[in-house]
Amino acid sequence: MTTFIGMPTTVTAPRGVGQLRGEQTFPRAARVAVGDAQLRQNLAHATGTIRAKRAAVVAEVDDWEQLRLAGQAIKKQAMAQLDEHLLALERAVSARGGVVHWARDADEANAIVTGLVQATGEREVVKVKSMATQEIGLNEALAAGGIQALETDLAELIVQLGDDCPSHILVPAIHLNRAEIRDVFRAEMPGVDPDLSDEPRALAEQARKHLRARFLSAKVAVSGANFAVADTGTCLVVESEGNGRMCLTLPETLITVMGIEKVVPSWRDLEVMLQLLPRSSTGERMNPYTSAWTGVTPGDGPKAFHLVLLDNGRTAALADRTGREALHCIRCSACLNVCPVYERTGGHAYGSVYPGPIGAVLSPLLTGVEDNPSLPYASSLCGACFDACPVRIDLPGMLVDLRRRHVEARATASPVPSPEAIAMAATAWTMSDASRWRRAGRAGRLGRLLARPRGRIRSLPPPLSAWTSSRDLPSPPAETFRDWWTRTRGGR
Amino acid sequence: MRTWAGPPGAWLTPTVRIGLFVTCLGDTMFPQVGQATVRLLERLGHEVLFPTDQTCCGQMHVNTGYQRQALPLVRRHTEVFESCDVVVAPSGSCVGCVRHQHRLVAERYGDPDLVAATEASAKRTFELSELLVDVLGVEDVGASFPHRVTYHPTCHSLRLLRVGDKPLRLLRHVRGLDLVELPAADQCCGFGGTFALKNPDTSTAMLADKMRHVLSTGAEVVAAGDSSCLMHIGGGLSRLRTGTRPLHLAEILAATDEVAA
Repeated sequence: MTTFIGMPTTVTAPRGVGQLRGEQTFPRAARVAVGDAQLRQNLAHATGTIRAKRAAVVAEVDDWEQLRLAGQAIKKQAMAQLDEHLLALERAVSARGGVVHWARDADEANAIVTGLVQATGEREVVKVKSMATQEIGLNEALAAGGIQALETDLAELIVQLGDDCPSHILVPAIHLNRAEIRDVFRAEMPGVDPDLSDEPRALAEQARKHLRARFLSAKVAVSGANFAVADTGTCLVVESEGNGRMCLTLPETLITVMGIEKVVPSWRDLEVMLQLLPRSSTGERMNPYTSAWTGVTPGDGPKAFHLVLLDNGRTAALADRTGREALHCIRCSACLNVCPVYERTGGHAYGSVYPGPIGAVLSPLLTGVEDNPSLPYASSLCGACFDACPVRIDLPGMLVDLRRRHVEARATASPVPSPEAIAMAATAWTMSDASRWRRAGRAGRLGRLLARPRGRIRSLPPPLSAWTSSRDLPSPPAETFRDWWTRTRGGR
Repeated sequence: MRTWAGPPGAWLTPTVRIGLFVTCLGDTMFPQVGQATVRLLERLGHEVLFPTDQTCCGQMHVNTGYQRQALPLVRRHTEVFESCDVVVAPSGSCVGCVRHQHRLVAERYGDPDLVAATEASAKRTFELSELLVDVLGVEDVGASFPHRVTYHPTCHSLRLLRVGDKPLRLLRHVRGLDLVELPAADQCCGFGGTFALKNPDTSTAMLADKMRHVLSTGAEVVAAGDSSCLMHIGGGLSRLRTGTRPLHLAEILAATDEVAA
């Protein structure tokens, strides 16, 4: 562990609030998920469709790799001077009539937002999809304060009505098919058409009717932000349905909750980001709605604007030399869609609002790896995520580094090494000496006894039973390579 | 991201002395792959050396979180192969570890000399198809293998080494070989080292899809450039008694009318 002079004291996301930690380990949750035939079908279909769309629109762009490099450079620079950009953002937002609030963690952010809503006297808010508010459990905190939050993004609405959890960053209801969505609407949506079909058009129309009345009556909205431009104090939301635009313009009070890593220095940076994001996320050349607002404008839009800047473990991630790259993420979810693990397990298995490869690094970084110890191992390190990432986050490298941190933290915390640590130390010791290794290789021939009479090993005791539960092992050879070499080449 | 950027065949001399890194798995479980690599390179007129002090690149340790324990293995590996001009390993992931992870381990736990040594080691180490196509400048190795084959490109060859279609170019020159395209070839088979043990259900779910694609080709043989991935795919195919056999790229390229794989 390197100590840097001048690094701020960092705090991780608090326990007991929000959704960054699962109730069970990834392998346990995944075991249930991979056995769910309907879920597997839904995920394979949805991720396959998005993958194909993304691949097609990315292939159209001649300078895609240059764009990725530019995106990476912009985020790297922005994070290197994050403190300055945030202060500039605060100055610019304040100058345009907005109020900036700094929230150290989920509890502080929830208290700030609840207080702001309560001060308006309203008991209901409309929300445009925001990962940050899911992360901190804002809806639950508002409910505890007597305020009802209504999700207006179609997929978020489905998840909320079904008392479910989002399972994807961009497509939160990806785990449901349209028949299942129809069933949720029929069971939970007030005033629903009892004969509602599962036609996408009919489902969208039903949601539209349900939401329209709420948009028109809502006095307070809560949003997230995809980007915030430091030098002008402008916040942006990128979306597909238009619900965001409704939330951002109709209510009298707008409260935006944004992770501190979303800031970019200038509008020029969006030239790159707004090319990268839609192609990577929905597989579109351009997203249908990009809303940008700067403070308040008399006679136009909300009369009051509050920007809540959320840390919740981000400064801790920033202080981590390898982990800070996770803050470059623009939440496109391309890594989820290409991840072979995510495609089989879905998002709930990750236990965090951030699933998939980025979730497997971001969640442990925000909570501390000891609170999410199984997530860094929830990857075969196939590298598909890095290739898909529009800002070139080295996700496999970060997963490997989080595993290192987890192993070293565990070794420090407990004087008794785990069986795995003993096995790793023993193999490293054996492999550190050629004659020891030669003897071990010969001892391996004993495994031939297990392979009789079929020439295959079909069953082994734990922990190797995890292999033989579904896979055979070949019989060890009668002669190792080095023994063959010595015999035939005389050890040349 | 290739570290050696010269033109194909630039290192081509009548005989190249090639150090063989057979890998720990190849040594103890799949000696036939190392033997095939030796046979192939010698048939092409090159001299193969096998430094007997070699053991393992330490990839399993690094990828499972035991980077510190990998340090002696990294040090040993760079020392053992220091005198070789070119090193070949019949494994994309082991070459990936030598090329990309050894330096990280040396930087974190080693010393500047070791960092420099790992950089040199990265530059001289090649996966088999890279060695053949880029270094030796050969695509037709004179092999003969009259069977229906499908090829799984393996993740680390594909995305860590960027070998591209080099293995396929080599296979297309093999006489009698009927190469069938593998659907969703770039998807991971679910091995991932200790991932297969730590997440056996997800790993098996990935394997099931890989096997489905392999079987859909009607191939007799599924080939790859990594014994570890083949052990995984082959282990599943064997469990289901499919009769489809796994074979390393080296074994196919070493096969001739006289010596079958």
